[in-house]
Amino acid sequence: MNFTDEQLQRYSRHIILPEVGGRGQAKIADAKVIMVGAGGLGCPVGFYLAAAGVGTLALIDNDTVELSNLQRQIAHNVHTIGLPKVESAQKTFTALNPDVKVVPLKVRISKDNILDLIRDYDIVVDGSDNFPTRYLVNDACVMAGKPLVSGAILRFEGQVTTIIPGKGHCYRCLFEEPPPPGLVPSCQEAGVLGVLPGVIGGLQATEVLKLILGKGEPLMGELLMYNALNSSFRKVRVPRNPACPVCSESPTITELVDYNEGYCTLQ
Amino acid sequence: MRLTINGELADTIRAATVLELLDELKIAPGRVAVEVNLKVVRKAEYGTYRLRDGDTVEIVNFVGGGGWRWL
Repeated sequence: MNFTDEQLQRYSRHIILPEVGGRGQAKIADAKVIMVGAGGLGCPVGFYLAAAGVGTLALIDNDTVELSNLQRQIAHNVHTIGLPKVESAQKTFTALNPDVKVVPLKVRISKDNILDLIRDYDIVVDGSDNFPTRYLVNDACVMAGKPLVSGAILRFEGQVTTIIPGKGHCYRCLFEEPPPPGLVPSCQEAGVLGVLPGVIGGLQATEVLKLILGKGEPLMGELLMYNALNSSFRKVRVPRNPACPVCSESPTITELVDYNEGYCTLQ
Repeated sequence: MRLTINGELADTIRAATVLELLDELKIAPGRVAVEVNLKVVRKAEYGTYRLRDGDTVEIVNFVGGGGWRWL
């Protein structure tokens, strides 16, 4: 890939790194990343990936921007309240770096569309705010063989892990089934420190760039946990679970599950 | 019994099973995943999985929103 003078300037701090260089920056420019959620986590992940020059950045989110989002969702602002989050984020990311092709997808993700949505992308980023989506994204990535960088936040606690189907663990290796509805609160119910998604989203963006560059050790087979109150990071090793219902040799889940549907019929 | 729980030594544990340990630590079993010596213990086995002196236990919270609604 031939960089323009402007691009050489823009990416000079990358290109000077031996682990990146011109070749690595070209890999970043060729990469196609799809993000589930353009909220707390999606904003910082998208911001940094756009700044880094990721060639194609797709955003999936069906919500519109609300004032209560602005405490942490830094790609949105008072002028974009009421707009779809994917459009608001597209404006921000494109203003930061017009090299990046941002693809806004204002859709409700479901078992019927997720495989089509992720098909053309190299890496999936999960920054969703609910368990049905988290399990759906995990299962779809395992079935489609797509690397997944998953992040989660609540109150003062965050988690990051990198799932490489066929090589490392998946989300279900550790958390086999979703918790019973109502047992684990949402950020809306329990709150979240506004800067927490910045920390966790920054780690997710780092994982994505490492995967694109093929450098370093991804958080494969590991879950990184951050506690903002005592400023501690902790890694737990998560081996592949030979009895995992989705990624083991003989999976019991071979079709995507819509937990929301199941839950709603119980009500 | 001495266990290492989330990286810290706990030497006054009375629980004999994973379920009793969670009860002793006042943790709702549905909110966590549990690993003993790097092996994930399935929820159905919490009541029968016996802990042994010196085991390393990781108790990981479910984090990820509990919104139960689509994006």
